Amino acid sequence: MKNKFCLFIVIIFLSFCFIIFYKGLNTPNTYTPQINEKKKIPTFGAKDFDSNNYLNSDKIFEEKIFYIVNIWASWCVPCRTEHPLLMQLSKNQSIKLIGLNYRDNYNNAKKFISDFGNPYSRILIDKDGTLAIEFGAYGVPETFLIDKNKDIIKKFVGPINQEIVKEIKLIIK
Amino acid sequence: MKILKIFIILFLVTNFSELKSDETNDVLKNKILKNIRCLICQGQSVYDSESDFASSIKLIVDRKINKGLKEDQIYAFLRKKYGDWIIFDPPLNKNTYILWLLPLLFFLVGGAIIQKKILKKNEK
Repeated sequence: MKNKFCLFIVIIFLSFCFIIFYKGLNTPNTYTPQINEKKKIPTFGAKDFDSNNYLNSDKIFEEKIFYIVNIWASWCVPCRTEHPLLMQLSKNQSIKLIGLNYRDNYNNAKKFISDFGNPYSRILIDKDGTLAIEFGAYGVPETFLIDKNKDIIKKFVGPINQEIVKEIKLIIK
Repeated sequence: MKILKIFIILFLVTNFSELKSDETNDVLKNKILKNIRCLICQGQSVYDSESDFASSIKLIVDRKINKGLKEDQIYAFLRKKYGDWIIFDPPLNKNTYILWLLPLLFFLVGGAIIQKKILKKNEK
């Protein structure tokens, strides 16, 4: 009877270990960002790309409309892929695009904009990448959709594509 | 002369305390950076990494320490932005109860078994 009980305990213990390890093996050990988590936009101050004036986030997001914050850089190859789509989105009247120029050289960034067009209503300078951290980003390109209540409602890691543009248009409609 | 001596002592004391506070901040900064995971690297801490992401985090941590934020407050800030994954040392929450309590449970069960065996041996 005692041996049977011990065997039962051992089996239960091994099954428990098996479940824990099996679950552990199935969960990815790389960072997977939460893309649908609703978060308030961070409060920050940043330099304007054109005027070089210091602006507060309240001033940047002052209108009660949808905003897109796109983190980009002239050295970032995927940013070139998504640029025509951002140009397409910028034609939409119910949304404003804010560009966050990430760890870039000013002249290169200026050339990028003059070569490919400017989809942004405002570009902010993020010289040391700390502004991107405030948004919870970890690379370029990254795009955030902000609703009228100033909540980040969607986060797109990597370059946006036609499907994402469709999704954004559907949300802001 | 006495006044001059007092001035020199005061000057040295204030400067040494500043140096000491910088040193304390550096120790704290390194401790925090070693406990933050570099999200774009493979198994590296922010302290060990030279990536853009890591250098931005280093700047953020430095600014937060200079602002007077405590270690826990800095971790809380980073967890709010990136989730628990960014910290190497996981906090006690509903997802990590097993991780934290299982070793304790093993210790207690093992201890009970050993104690029972010893008592049995003594009875004999």
